[in-house]
Amino acid sequence: MILQTSNLTRRYGSLVAVDHLNLSLQEGEVFGLLGPNGAGKSTTLKMLTTLLPPSEGSAIVAGFDIRHQAAQVRRVIGYVPQLISADGALSGYENLLIAAKLYDIPRTERDQRIAAALDFMGLSDVAHRLVREYSGGMIRRLEIAQAILHRPRVLFLDEPTVGLDPVARHLVWDYIRQIRQNLGTTILLTTHLMDEADLLCDRVGIMHLGRLVACDAPQALKVAIGKPEATLDEVFIHFTGNQLQTTMGGYRETARTRRVARRLG
Amino acid sequence: MKPLEPGVSPAVLARPSPSPSARQAWQPWAMLREMVVKTWVIAELEARKLRHDPTELFTRAVQPALWLLIFGQVFARVRAIPTGNLSYLDFMAPGILAQSVLFIAIFYGISVIWERDLGVLHKIMASPAPRAALVSGKALSAGIRGLTQAVIIYALAALLGVDLNWQPQALLGVVVAVILGAANFSLFSLIIACLVKTRERFMGIGQVLTMPLFFASNAIYPLAIMPSWLQVLAKINPLTYIVDALRALMITGATPGFPLGLDFAIMSLTTLILVAVAARLYPRVIV
Repeated sequence: MILQTSNLTRRYGSLVAVDHLNLSLQEGEVFGLLGPNGAGKSTTLKMLTTLLPPSEGSAIVAGFDIRHQAAQVRRVIGYVPQLISADGALSGYENLLIAAKLYDIPRTERDQRIAAALDFMGLSDVAHRLVREYSGGMIRRLEIAQAILHRPRVLFLDEPTVGLDPVARHLVWDYIRQIRQNLGTTILLTTHLMDEADLLCDRVGIMHLGRLVACDAPQALKVAIGKPEATLDEVFIHFTGNQLQTTMGGYRETARTRRVARRLG
Repeated sequence: MKPLEPGVSPAVLARPSPSPSARQAWQPWAMLREMVVKTWVIAELEARKLRHDPTELFTRAVQPALWLLIFGQVFARVRAIPTGNLSYLDFMAPGILAQSVLFIAIFYGISVIWERDLGVLHKIMASPAPRAALVSGKALSAGIRGLTQAVIIYALAALLGVDLNWQPQALLGVVVAVILGAANFSLFSLIIACLVKTRERFMGIGQVLTMPLFFASNAIYPLAIMPSWLQVLAKINPLTYIVDALRALMITGATPGFPLGLDFAIMSLTTLILVAVAARLYPRVIV
């Protein structure tokens, strides 16, 4: 197990955003965390990337405890937040340069690795342009490039295709597959796009109101609800009951998502 | 699973780096080195941003210029303020430098709220750089901004005939004082940003703080003419010690009101304390 959570919980006041989550990921798999807005996906990722301390429970990432060995965890993970993490006031090259320095990539390897990453992501031509001028798809690719520059063992992608047009989305999917294939990186991504999860993930976990309500390979889940031909949408509705979202804090979340979508689109 | 597209070079993706062994007992030198290196990286990041868009530095210089040119010139004629052996303009020029350092640093915290709203902060916080280095890097870059203001104010002061001290040691002292001063107020500002978390509240508090900090100091009048209650406030205001050091170093013939060593000791000590507090509170801004 490269990642294992035990009763991982996060409360905001009386709201339980993540409720005793037990999850384990095998090395090299692509795992999708599915759920509507407010289901607790982003909060889970923030805890696993040590940005947010859990209220209860713990997790082991690549052999390190997120509570007591946070510094070591940060060395072996890559993280692409849902918001925009590339700095618009810098060029693509500069964004990667700073990332390389923050992750202590040796000086002798730095330039060559940055060049290779830019090449891999198809950004060599625009490397010295300000990121502010990039398209949404280019920004996402740059963000993924900076998250894998230090060759993390686990890569966390929070809604990697939110706000992207279909072409850019397919490109991001291809890159995710290639990263897994070439690096053997374990990838944990969140999404609320069912087709994305179906195409990309070896296994998916469905989160609803902070709890994991189902967890298996997409096909196995379809079989489990007695409809092998079902779409993942139907599986999703089966497990979450399709009820209207009742969690609080929707305004802030919605405002953020739309802002990101506007900036990327 | 689709096969790899030909032509795409996955050379970046050689092999995962070996996971670091469960190392690290107590290694103070390694930690200090890490601290210095990462502080420098964050300052470099900010400096690169400034290089792409330096407009802010010029707009920021307008206000101190007005203070020197208008307020300074007028009060120099009035001769209402006893400034000992210095002319009023000589007396206030270091105060205006301190003021512009204060103004450029005290709103610096808002950049953190901005970066949090964007998402850039999440990326930096998930990196292995120590929290203390993240905040001291910000403080150092506020110092760099402060130095650009110093250059502009020196130029203006020289034009106005202020009796500047151009000795290298004195200039070096000014550089250190400006960096420490900017670090002080930018860290204070970061701490406020981590506590209030939204831009609107932050701007409100920033406005409320700036003027009292400025007026309860020896920037534009000496401590001696203040009422005693204000003297007490001025003596716990770090700006007073920054002004005191700047005045002694910048102006020929000026003598510090406190020993210079005390000025620098207070600036360094408050910087260290503020780094510790800010590093502690920094992760909160994400929540």
